[in-house]
Amino acid sequence: MSNGKFTAVALAVALAIAAASQLIPNEYFFTAAYIVLQFVILATAWNILGGYTGYVNFGSAAFFATGAYSTVVLYNAWKAPLPVMIVTGTLAAGLLGLGLGWLTLRLRGVFFAIASLALAVVLYTFIVNWDYVGGARGAYVLQPREVPLGLPRYIHLLYIVMVLQAAASLIVARVIEKSTVGRGLAAIRDDELAAECSGVPTLRLKIFSATVSGALMGMAGTTFPFYLSYVEPSSAFSLSYAVNSIAMPLIGGMMSWIGPLIGAVLLGTVQQLVQVTISSAWNLLIVGVLLVAFVTLAPNGIMGWVEAWRRRKGR
Amino acid sequence: MDALLEVSGVVKRFGGFTALDGVDFMVRPGERVGLIGPNGSGKSTLVNCIAGTLRNEEGRIRFGGRDIHTYPAHRRIRLGLARSFQIPKPFASMNVLDNLCVPLLYAGEAHDQSAHGRIAEEARHILEQVGLADKAHAMSGGLTQVDMRKLELARAIAAKPRLLISDEAMAGLSTSEVDDILELLMGLKEKGVAVIMIEHVMRAVMKFSERIAVLVAGRKIADGDPQTVVGTPEVVKAYLGE
Repeated sequence: MSNGKFTAVALAVALAIAAASQLIPNEYFFTAAYIVLQFVILATAWNILGGYTGYVNFGSAAFFATGAYSTVVLYNAWKAPLPVMIVTGTLAAGLLGLGLGWLTLRLRGVFFAIASLALAVVLYTFIVNWDYVGGARGAYVLQPREVPLGLPRYIHLLYIVMVLQAAASLIVARVIEKSTVGRGLAAIRDDELAAECSGVPTLRLKIFSATVSGALMGMAGTTFPFYLSYVEPSSAFSLSYAVNSIAMPLIGGMMSWIGPLIGAVLLGTVQQLVQVTISSAWNLLIVGVLLVAFVTLAPNGIMGWVEAWRRRKGR
Repeated sequence: MDALLEVSGVVKRFGGFTALDGVDFMVRPGERVGLIGPNGSGKSTLVNCIAGTLRNEEGRIRFGGRDIHTYPAHRRIRLGLARSFQIPKPFASMNVLDNLCVPLLYAGEAHDQSAHGRIAEEARHILEQVGLADKAHAMSGGLTQVDMRKLELARAIAAKPRLLISDEAMAGLSTSEVDDILELLMGLKEKGVAVIMIEHVMRAVMKFSERIAVLVAGRKIADGDPQTVVGTPEVVKAYLGE
């Protein structure tokens, strides 16, 4: 499928989902679906650097929180409109990815992973001590009284925004995957030295990949303060962002755009169900168990399974 | 004729160890040069400095009349300086055909998006040359050793080089497999591609080379006509001892 066709289909599906779900009477659906969609974006974004390029990012929370806190700043300063917040948060997190990439991606192997973890810690400390955005106390970001588009509640709008953001992330991921750049990234993942010696400008592509990945993660965080009307450092930098954005692509499959989508929908939905039916404390435990199961039984994720099955059938 | 590659006074140190100690070396366009030396003599280090995967501390490297020792490896290959690796480094998640598309896209016609169809055709053509045509859709990670070596060379050829450095492409191969690869490298001469062959298989080096350079302990001790070079006392001493 060409890029244009895929974009059209993805947007059409997104709009259909957004419209159809307005018929769902249960308000809680939107609250739960928001979180699942958040993970679709995070997993898709993480996979651009982690899956396509082979560089593991442990600092997803730093990028997510950058998006969230840029919204807090814009809210405190000007009560800026939502689209402005989304664009600003995306750009800010993209810049963060660019900076981290530029500083650490010259080094091979685990250095980037360690630096990404350190980045989350440093940013967390910075936010905790920054009074303007509420410091450790947190900040209130009130939902506007007027809900646009004639929607019943603000969560409906946030949900629609998330659906569109998820579609946009998937489009970006797929366009990159199928492009010359995507082939270069795959070469870097397989063997960086051989890639460089085949003419691939490895450093430039890695930095590009880190920037796009960071920007999309930031985008996922931009509406988060409105979601709870309140944001504080330990929720914005929650461990679950780092863990889930690694686990979901791993479970779904890291080689293509569809793997993180499957992983996020599956794992995200299970987590939401467990949260309601059993207990919220079980969330990360479930992720851990599934992760161990997949790493040992299906190291290439669900899509890897499907691929292997297809190949066997084709023979 | 002007030199295609000109290495002068190249020094490379690893900590306190001097791996290359002022090496001078040159290759003319279309020339076939053998580079030999005992293990640890610095052959691979020299290749790495020429190809840009290592940076030399001193000395100059000129290629096609340009100073390239500050260029990263991917720029050197775009100028036409390709190499194969001693230990094959296939892009294991791709099939054989896609492996060739990487250099074809990035080193060849990187800026021409419309060339996609032609690129697949070109990749197939190169695979025919090296005798991998029937494995075009096999995953590259599962190839046999000899096929992996062929893939290494095919990927280097796909970059459309003016100089190809073959780093021990024949080590551990059988006699007939060595002949396969030798024939492949010989064929490049017709296309005007210069080749530096690094090899321990002396039969292949002697058959292939128009000129042989000998590296021992980071210094070049001989350079010239193959028969004369292997007869010089220093070279005999380096290989066989006193």
